[in-house]
Amino acid sequence: MKLQVASQLAIFSILELVAEPNRQITVADIGAKYGISTNHLAKVMNVLGRAGLVRSVRGAGGGFQFSGNARRTTLLDIIELFEPRGLRGPETGELGRHTAEAAALGVVLREIDDTVRATLGSITIATLRDLATRQPVQAALAS
Amino acid sequence: MKHVTTDHRKKRPGRAPAPADAPTGGESAIAIRAAERRDVAEVSALDAQVTGLPKPEHWMELYRRQRSVGGAPAGIFLVACPAAEPERVLGFIIGEIRAWEFGSDPCGWVYALSVRPEARERGVGEALLQAIAEAFRKAGMDKMRTMVARDAILPMQFFRGEGLMAGPYIQLEKDL
Repeated sequence: MKLQVASQLAIFSILELVAEPNRQITVADIGAKYGISTNHLAKVMNVLGRAGLVRSVRGAGGGFQFSGNARRTTLLDIIELFEPRGLRGPETGELGRHTAEAAALGVVLREIDDTVRATLGSITIATLRDLATRQPVQAALAS
Repeated sequence: MKHVTTDHRKKRPGRAPAPADAPTGGESAIAIRAAERRDVAEVSALDAQVTGLPKPEHWMELYRRQRSVGGAPAGIFLVACPAAEPERVLGFIIGEIRAWEFGSDPCGWVYALSVRPEARERGVGEALLQAIAEAFRKAGMDKMRTMVARDAILPMQFFRGEGLMAGPYIQLEKDL
């Protein structure tokens, strides 16, 4: 599966904010690290703010802070804010609708969908942050 | 292999890290020790409180397997207690080393973990998991596994938070 760019940016942004909870981080800071425009990031932060996951601090030295619970906020919570149809795997659509064959294929696709949702719903921001610092990820980066 | 999934369904994740093989400091210090026969009634009551399904014979059988005679213990059965009250059970964990099932190299399986609702969010579950991981390690294992219901979000988050990831096996089943 592939996440939309906005979903990925939202996850990366929250990871940045969680890493430095005592500092207000600007969209320019995050944009520079991930090579993305501040306009695009501002839209993402706006959605996260409406969901209560970040708060903005205005004025000089202002920026964003994470306002959720890193041990409770899951990747699924974030992704569902940005995937307009909800997080769904491949679908059979209208082709062969009402046939046993399409229903059988639908059973398989739902199994995939359920697994994806269970995985994303069980990884919290705190867990993803730990994962990013673990040896296998660091080794993959170095190679 | 027999797995107790009900315990994984309702357990809440732990929070603060806690050493596995020694009491933690402070008023809420936790000690981990091997289960004794007198603990089984408390373990059974805890499980019944969490799952609503009493099964005392099952827990006694698991205790006996740990204490199997004539060889190495078949299982690992640990309990967590307040350091100052070593007879009061706050939680328990049960596991076993299994070899060559499903084509797997020997590894440590965790198949029951439960913490009293009033003792959760204090690192009890984490301390128990770390303790059994250490026991597996001392037995020469380099892998630990468990199984969690897909919709059991909190236990799943707990194990993920402890670094467990999806393994190379997929559980398959069929209605009979």
